[in-house]
Amino acid sequence: MITAEQKPIQEIRDMISPYKKILVLGCNSCVAECAAGGEKETAMLASALRMAAKMNEEDVLIEEKAIERQCVKDFVILLDDIIDQYDAVLSLGCGAGVQAVGDMFYEVPVIPALNTEFLGETKEQGLWLENCLGCGDCMLYYFGGICPLARCSKQLLNGPCGGSMEGRCEVDPDMPCAWQMIIDRLSRFGALERLEQVYPPKDWSKKQGVGPRRIQREDQQR
Amino acid sequence: MSRLRKVLDSGEFAVTAECGPPKGADPDAVLRKAELLKDKVDSINVTDNQTAIVRMSSLAACSLLKSAGLDPVLQMVVRDRNRIALQSDILGASAIGIRNVLCLSGDHQVFGNQPQSIGVFDLDSIQFLQVVKGMRDEAVILGGERLETPPDLFIGAAANPFADPLSFRVVRLAKKAAAGADFIQTQCIYNLERFGTWLKMARDRGLTEKVYILGGVTPLKSAGMAKYMKNRVAGMDVPDEVVKRMEGVPEGKQREEGIRICVETIQALKEMPGVKGVHIMAIEWEEAVGEIVDQAGLLPRPTLE
Repeated sequence: MITAEQKPIQEIRDMISPYKKILVLGCNSCVAECAAGGEKETAMLASALRMAAKMNEEDVLIEEKAIERQCVKDFVILLDDIIDQYDAVLSLGCGAGVQAVGDMFYEVPVIPALNTEFLGETKEQGLWLENCLGCGDCMLYYFGGICPLARCSKQLLNGPCGGSMEGRCEVDPDMPCAWQMIIDRLSRFGALERLEQVYPPKDWSKKQGVGPRRIQREDQQR
Repeated sequence: MSRLRKVLDSGEFAVTAECGPPKGADPDAVLRKAELLKDKVDSINVTDNQTAIVRMSSLAACSLLKSAGLDPVLQMVVRDRNRIALQSDILGASAIGIRNVLCLSGDHQVFGNQPQSIGVFDLDSIQFLQVVKGMRDEAVILGGERLETPPDLFIGAAANPFADPLSFRVVRLAKKAAAGADFIQTQCIYNLERFGTWLKMARDRGLTEKVYILGGVTPLKSAGMAKYMKNRVAGMDVPDEVVKRMEGVPEGKQREEGIRICVETIQALKEMPGVKGVHIMAIEWEEAVGEIVDQAGLLPRPTLE
């Protein structure tokens, strides 16, 4: 899932200040799971903005709506009937959602209400962890299912560094050392010898070497 | 040719020290430290923006040391440069006569004065060792393109016998040796027992025959410093006895005690099979190095052809 957090309310108010009719637009997918931009958070943000506007005697219309996915055209197009009523959209989608909505409704400014963070897992209620970089060339097999690129602070493919102490990372003692986890997990599988080899430099061209990435599949195109 | 390599190849017990470049552009700040260390040690490591604090570049400070007649060890971290810049600096270093390089990961940027910077970590320290070795021994860069003139460098790496997990520390040393390290400088040793355990594991795997191991030491300036290193510096192992010993002498005498502990550690290291030298990291206290080397019976330094 893609995780995000809401921006400070003042930053949001500053960005929407030139507009009079604003649609606060939630997204019921990833950002709903991480309690940042689903239906509930959208309603809460919209009412907080209405209240702030009222207290400051600002004459603005703030309405809300949530769609299933802001990053998929088939869902964004459902806004076609109502979009003309607004002069700006405040999106609680991830960065991809904000841009997809903006792409479809080119004349309308789409303002981000969230800071998009990472590809993560919901570890427990209220705790999300980054554990995938989306590098385009998955190496999890070699490292016991734990990604050193996403989860080691120094992205070492041949760790652990000298700052691993009692299973903790030197960068933040609340953070486990990914390499300790890798060693423990591979020991469990009896596959520790996988770490005796020197892993070669990562091929970053799969991630950023050719500019923005695209996946194009003819079998899926119509 | 690298003086450090000559000393180690000749079987002499090598002595290296460390010189942190200034937070400024004054060449004399480097040359003053050079003067303190000259004839006291074989080679001088120049740190590369250590603890992620911006300082004069290691390459430039090495060049100054070289011009003062010393044998610098260029420390290079993979935190700040991608593989293009690292390989380019390796060629540049060799071109200006630097003959030693120490390949490191580097302290994480969060610890320094630029915590908003991006950490590059395009290569890790072991991959970097492999790249430098390939450049030197096969005259190729990453990807296989040939170099007209390969760099001439004695290649070093770091090892921390005190970090966890202990069983894997020697695996990592083996990987560094396989990747291309000619010599190893260790984290500061205060816990000789743990160091001995690690060294035995290294000997058992035949690693002390493959790489020259230089034990790292840092003289303590005060009991406060001992406690700080024990509690605050990740990857550091300062036993309680050492802290107590520092606390047991009055403040005005703590520096002397720190030097005494350091000298005793060096003497113990000299007797340990597999240790081929010592690396003295007197942090912003280069004045102490001459005294330590002298008291440890390591002067004069050998003269070599």
